[in-house]
Amino acid sequence: MGGFSLGRFMAVLMKEFIQMRRDRVTFAMMIGIPVIQLVLFGFAINSDPRHLPTLIAAGDSGPVSRAVISAMAQSSYFDFQGTVVSLAEGEDALRTGRASFIVVIPPGFERDVVRGATPDLLIAADASDPSATGGPVSAMTGIIETALRETLTGPLAGLGQGPPAFNVVVHRQYNPEAVTAINIVPGLLAIIMSMTMVVITAIAIVRESERGTIETLISTPVRPIEVMLGKILPYVLVGYVQTIVFLVAAKLIFGVPFEGSMGAFILGLNLFIVVNLALGFLISTVARSQMQAMQMSIFTILPSILLSGFMFPFAGMPGWAQALGTVVPATHFLRIVRKVMLKGAELSHITGEIGSLLVVMAVIVTVAMLRYRQTLD
Amino acid sequence: MSEGQANVIEVEGLTKIFGDKVVVDRFAMRVSRGAIYGFLGPNGSGKTTTIRMLCGLLTPDGGKGHCLGFDILTQARQIKERVGYMTQRFSLYEDLSIRENLEFIGRMYRVDRLKARVDKSLEDLGLADRAKQLAGQLSGGWKQRLALAAAMLHEPSLLLLDEPTAGVDPKARRDFWDEIRRLSRAGVTVLVSTHYMDEAIQCDNIAYIAYGRKLIDAPAADIPGIVGLLTWRVEGPDLATLGDALTGRPGVEQIARFGAALHVSGTDGAALDQAVAPHREDARRTWHRQPAGLEEVFIHLMAASQDNFAGVEPSHEAA
Repeated sequence: MGGFSLGRFMAVLMKEFIQMRRDRVTFAMMIGIPVIQLVLFGFAINSDPRHLPTLIAAGDSGPVSRAVISAMAQSSYFDFQGTVVSLAEGEDALRTGRASFIVVIPPGFERDVVRGATPDLLIAADASDPSATGGPVSAMTGIIETALRETLTGPLAGLGQGPPAFNVVVHRQYNPEAVTAINIVPGLLAIIMSMTMVVITAIAIVRESERGTIETLISTPVRPIEVMLGKILPYVLVGYVQTIVFLVAAKLIFGVPFEGSMGAFILGLNLFIVVNLALGFLISTVARSQMQAMQMSIFTILPSILLSGFMFPFAGMPGWAQALGTVVPATHFLRIVRKVMLKGAELSHITGEIGSLLVVMAVIVTVAMLRYRQTLD
Repeated sequence: MSEGQANVIEVEGLTKIFGDKVVVDRFAMRVSRGAIYGFLGPNGSGKTTTIRMLCGLLTPDGGKGHCLGFDILTQARQIKERVGYMTQRFSLYEDLSIRENLEFIGRMYRVDRLKARVDKSLEDLGLADRAKQLAGQLSGGWKQRLALAAAMLHEPSLLLLDEPTAGVDPKARRDFWDEIRRLSRAGVTVLVSTHYMDEAIQCDNIAYIAYGRKLIDAPAADIPGIVGLLTWRVEGPDLATLGDALTGRPGVEQIARFGAALHVSGTDGAALDQAVAPHREDARRTWHRQPAGLEEVFIHLMAASQDNFAGVEPSHEAA
């Protein structure tokens, strides 16, 4: 009798439910991943970011420039955070990420406007993330029209009508043609490394306990640090190979430039590799099977993709999401890579990110070492 | 036993608690140099946990003691250097070759003349021509021999073997025990847990453990006498019916099948004789009264300990 047995089918069904309930980690993932995705996509991600840090290089001051700046501030796209004395100082701020925009009001701006000489108002934008700076830049025309029409009254009212009283010149720095690849490709390195390094390390270590070989290993006089270093170092080399492949492909296939300091890049790279491996090691001390290690790794990779600024502008996220993103190692490495490759950053421009990575690393390594036991209990 | 003072293992009050379950309960033991010491007991009785505490893989929750002259609580590292531990489950690297496994373990112990030792070990194992084969491809018996060779590579003075012959065929088990006796003669102390009576008999001393407690600790030959179990061996047809008829009779504490015979045992000789008397008139079967063997003694002990600790009905069938 080869018929379909409802009893057998139900037995398999029930067994599956029982096993699902017993595997706590998988169960947590089934609930956790949708919740995280919903929260992140629903609340944290905003592809039209506002309040981007902006600095002014004021070569002149007067009613027109004041009107323009107040209109820009009112648009909520720009958050004026101070002044710089020159464009050069402003560009330094763009490079370190302290500012997304520099508004340069040239000397004699007010006078030239009154004379009808249509001077240039320069806006230097950090276009290494075009999705972050695109919105504000395209809103500029409207903002200036409003500024001139509503704010200028009295003898200057005439400037609001007719042909524009000045030109807005936007310099899209670092990615003038807004090529998506130039933004995405450097960020991909951070994501690729997070994905492979964490998973590979976690699985390589969990494999020892899953197969029981850990029992032989720790019955020998080997010290935890010897195991940790010995297991991790091969994957550091894997990380190097991945990076070399990546750099060659970025240059040859996608035409992504490498403007900055190789030394700064290598320092950031090594730190990031170590952080990821330590994270993998930490996961391996919690996971009981390779399957669980895999799931936990995916759990940590999600925020690396969504909250790091890779897919969506960091500046567009609410404060709590930015705080979460700051804890994600990929956030800092992503900035390092973009800064060095696109903005030509030197070591001095990435000290903040290096510091953050060091803090994250110290925390992860400490927790991992505390969790790794030399005994089986 | 020969040198009274030279105790390789000397522990007392050893206790391990997992959650709220006392897995090992105030365990005390002395093992002299060169002895083969057997651990017997049902599954889950705490044999593995005790062995793991002795070699520093688990931290005892209570108790103290020395292993090879080192404190088991504070000198786990020194103990590990001098102990060879063979796990219950094969725990060398299946994806490394035989030679690679031996070399790796040798490096863990920082042995000198690594290559010579590994070569010698491969030669002794009879695996020299298969050194490049992956360990995972070996049969169960060969895996055990490889594991023993790996545990012996650094020439430990104490071997801890956790059910080393589980799932190994009889020929391989005999070879394995020949090797263990050879090591014992060479002065290596061996502590071995097993479920096989033919192996237990070969031990100089046996510790019987049940539910974390050591119930008996004596030379193998003395144990039946200590337990005081008497046995009637019955051969003939229809033993199942006979077994059913005797079950629960006063004096009959255990009915166990041994091959083609039934062993009816009890500690009260008079009551046992009385219980079997009516059945002895049945001419179809032959009856012999004999001292209880080690195996039925242990079945008896296991049944008793289940009674004591778990409240489970004594089993009437040999495992």
